[in-house]
Amino acid sequence: MLHSVLFYVFAGVMFGAAMGVVFSRNPVHAVMFLVFTFFNAAILWLLAEAEFLAIVLVLVYVGAVMVLFLFVVMMLEVDVEAAKRGLTRYAPLGIALALVMAIELVNVIWLRGKIDSDVGGFVATPEGYSNTEALGAVLYTEHVYAFEIAAVILLLAIIAAITLTMRKRPGLKVQDVAKQVATRAKDRLRVVRMDAEKKQ
Amino acid sequence: MPESLAGPIPQFLVDFWNTWPPVLQYLTTTLFKILIVTVAVILCVAFSTYFERKVIGSMQSRVGPNRVGWKGLLQPFADVFKLLFKEVVVPSQSNRFLYVVAPLLSLTPALATWAVIPMNDWFVIADINAGLLYVLALTSVGVYGVILAGWATNSKYALLGAMRSAAQIVAYEIAMGFALVGILMASGSLNIGDIVEAQSGGVGNWFLIWLFPLFLVYWIAGVAETNRAPFDVAEGESEIVAGFHVEYSGVAFALFFLAEYANMILISTLTAVFFRGGWASPLEGFALFEPFHDTAWIGWFFGGGFPWLFIKMCVFMYVFFWLRATFPRYRYDQIMRLGWKVFIPVTIVWIFVEGAMAWLEVGPWAGAGA
Repeated sequence: MLHSVLFYVFAGVMFGAAMGVVFSRNPVHAVMFLVFTFFNAAILWLLAEAEFLAIVLVLVYVGAVMVLFLFVVMMLEVDVEAAKRGLTRYAPLGIALALVMAIELVNVIWLRGKIDSDVGGFVATPEGYSNTEALGAVLYTEHVYAFEIAAVILLLAIIAAITLTMRKRPGLKVQDVAKQVATRAKDRLRVVRMDAEKKQ
Repeated sequence: MPESLAGPIPQFLVDFWNTWPPVLQYLTTTLFKILIVTVAVILCVAFSTYFERKVIGSMQSRVGPNRVGWKGLLQPFADVFKLLFKEVVVPSQSNRFLYVVAPLLSLTPALATWAVIPMNDWFVIADINAGLLYVLALTSVGVYGVILAGWATNSKYALLGAMRSAAQIVAYEIAMGFALVGILMASGSLNIGDIVEAQSGGVGNWFLIWLFPLFLVYWIAGVAETNRAPFDVAEGESEIVAGFHVEYSGVAFALFFLAEYANMILISTLTAVFFRGGWASPLEGFALFEPFHDTAWIGWFFGGGFPWLFIKMCVFMYVFFWLRATFPRYRYDQIMRLGWKVFIPVTIVWIFVEGAMAWLEVGPWAGAGA
């Protein structure tokens, strides 16, 4: 009972926040709404006793990805009027995408639920169940190849992103840090001993 | 709670307590624990400002605050009242809502992280299994306060400070996370209480010894994460005035101040918990101190507990102030180089070394058969 009440409260807040992402005029506000949406999604996962997923969602998306989003959005001067002019042009595509997603959701929730009667609600987990341990137990044994392939793909993405943005232009001045650290005072400084001069 | 503490409570109160429904009992005890921890943290913040000024004063051959109260001990309260009565000036071109929310966003994670930190073997607000992840997640959320404050004030200096801070925190978080992976491998648990238990049995079992490079990385990354000197480019009072909080005054500024010091205390406590055995007493395992364990009054001190955690925390707070009085500010590109090109490789190498140690069963794994 309490679980369902909490679920609907947080799901409602999440829905409102997601609407805020779409409808807010200010891009920084939109990003903050998205952060709020992620937090509520994390709470829903906590309600399903998936604490690892919930905390990782906050750690990765809220703590890192959205910080970089905010970083970029703060730097941009977004022209709201220009964005609104494009609305009619992109509307058919947007509606089509929304329809596809709605069909997928119905498929997952409704049709699968009919076939598989277990999906009626959250299955209560046994005492002492740890989501983190359960995930680790399958991730490093059954799905170890998929896990490693994902890691390699991410590594490739990192290298690709760095290669795309790294631009060597001629005449670039670069510091040799090892050289800077190894510098001693006598390399830069010459102490001169001289007699006192007469006051002018 | 141990039974010994329940002794002095009169019987009628115990009976009255037992008539409450369990949900209400749980809520009351949790709220009471939260109150204790929050008040303790805020008092620690107040006195650490005094501690800082005295330490830096003595390092610079000054006396530090000595006017308000005995030896200046009431100075923090004088500062608090001054800040409370000051006017909060909101810049006219600022984004008012985010301007007000930003200090709260930086304070909340700093206080909420204390929920999973065990003070001794039974006092912890939430004994959750993924405690270490929770700590990592919340410390990474704290950056929003800084970024939003910088953006919402609509000032160039504040925006510069916010950008520096964002890049710095994102960079050092990775090194910090990797250092904690080492802790995870050594203790085999994400629960912070279990991590402390894994280090019990004397100084030789502290992770400080076996994971020394990770300890250095974690501590320095922690200093960078709290934007303290020598990594205080986000504030940089000599170049960008006060960075992200340049336009904040009065209570709003006090909240940022509170958040910064609460974060420092948090990092000090976490370093003590992860690398120096938390509440465990360093005197454990020495035959010389064995007789004291059963002695009345002083036995609880020698047996380990909150006093040791507090002492360890104070040592790290002292190091914070020591660093501030000793080092000049890092150059921005050097901060980035240190984070990405030095710390992350160091942690990755040490994780492999740890793997080798676990395989050969040396160090914390000796005899454990893990």
